[in-house]
Amino acid sequence: MEPTDRLYTREHEWVKVEGDRGTVGITDFAQKQLGDVVFLELPEKGKKIKSHERFGTVESVKAVSELFSPVGGEIVEVNSALVQKPETVNADPYGTGWMIRVKLDPGEPAGLMEAGQYSEYVAKEAK
Amino acid sequence: METAVGTLRKTPLNPVHRELGAKMVAFGGWEMPVEYSGLIAEHMAVRTAAGVFDVSHMGELEVEGPGALPFLQRVTSNNAGKLADGQAQYSALPLPNGAPADDVIVYRRGPERFLLVVNAGNIEKDLRWLQEQAPGQCTVTNRSDEYVLVALQGPKSQQILQGLTPVDLSAIHYYHFAEGEVAGQPATVARTGYTGEDGFELFVAPDRAADLWRKLLEAGKEAGLVPAGLGARDTLRLEAKMCLYGNDMDETTTLVEAGLGWIVSLDEAKGDFVGRGVLEMQKKEGAARKLVGFEMVDRGIARHGYPVYVGDEPAGSVTSGSYAPFLQKNIGLCYLPAPRAAVGTPFYVDIRGRRVAARVVPTPFYKRPQ
Repeated sequence: MEPTDRLYTREHEWVKVEGDRGTVGITDFAQKQLGDVVFLELPEKGKKIKSHERFGTVESVKAVSELFSPVGGEIVEVNSALVQKPETVNADPYGTGWMIRVKLDPGEPAGLMEAGQYSEYVAKEAK
Repeated sequence: METAVGTLRKTPLNPVHRELGAKMVAFGGWEMPVEYSGLIAEHMAVRTAAGVFDVSHMGELEVEGPGALPFLQRVTSNNAGKLADGQAQYSALPLPNGAPADDVIVYRRGPERFLLVVNAGNIEKDLRWLQEQAPGQCTVTNRSDEYVLVALQGPKSQQILQGLTPVDLSAIHYYHFAEGEVAGQPATVARTGYTGEDGFELFVAPDRAADLWRKLLEAGKEAGLVPAGLGARDTLRLEAKMCLYGNDMDETTTLVEAGLGWIVSLDEAKGDFVGRGVLEMQKKEGAARKLVGFEMVDRGIARHGYPVYVGDEPAGSVTSGSYAPFLQKNIGLCYLPAPRAAVGTPFYVDIRGRRVAARVVPTPFYKRPQ
């Protein structure tokens, strides 16, 4: 079951909103699909990003996957610890495996799924 | 991402893989397990203990009859005449241009009885090609459905397998095999593999293969044996610089270019064979390009198909590339022009539009401790 304190995209990213900040990562389903994560390409702090825009890449031994931001805004923090320990994304996708923190643009977040909706979406996709 | 579809062939061990919770993918027309517990864990288990792989998708072609050896000498690149009964040999089926239709292992079961193990995706092609070469006084028969092939690989393989068989495994040397019972069923036990580790490949009948698989896992549990998928098989073979047909070599790359000159025999006793003209010339004078191993110097993982540049000159593409779990480096293989193929040569891999520095390194990337 996905944590209910955050919102989800169809590309299997999550955002947890606290005040005007949104923390972004990938879901447990996404890390399982990828397998062992061994490489991340994350953006620079200060970069402005639109919702659904590509912000980086996550690579497992076998697969390359683009990362899309669930929210628009300015990237104010990047989890650079992941570069040295990419396996954190597998071990703790909803916690220490977070990727970026975004100062939200007005109107964000918008058009995202609640945990329940996302669970149903994943159940369908897994079939 | 690759997904499993209904038209794929399934090996007799398919239900066992599902029971173990394997992630299944399409490979060479088959639905195969790509990983169970996780690729890196499986890779490390094979390097440090042991792993068991279902490689039943591989094909088995039998060549039998008084003309079998002369036929094999004509259609394979290595000298099959050097084989004794119970011995195996890495070889290839060259085309007239010197490039392989396939790479194969030739097993000599008797003076007139040979088994070729071929790549899954090439079974039909190889059969057709061999028939076109007009086998004389011998038959070529597809026996692929009669065998399940299980690979037990890793430093603890012998210790684990010895508990299940009366066959004296210490007497089976590298690239040799014996017939006997394993876990109470008839098996061919070959000391071969595709991981760079010591290990065995077991040919057994399909109906009781699941029983063998379970008994192997049980027997190896304490030693750290785990089921391993095609994902780990690919990273293991890459660290050991073993070529993958369709990636590192195909019908456009000669055996000499692929660094497989060592399986091209110019022995007088072997005589003429398909592709010999080109291969002999390249062995003597060198080929214009060469398959090299490389390491990424800057951050990035090179993958199959990514373009390669020497300076500003396009120089083909990456044939295999991956994160190497044991070496903890990003490595790969690609063809470079022979004058630019020396160890240490810097070049670039285009990773999704960005040129990332790489350099040629000695291979194999990994060699097991003796």
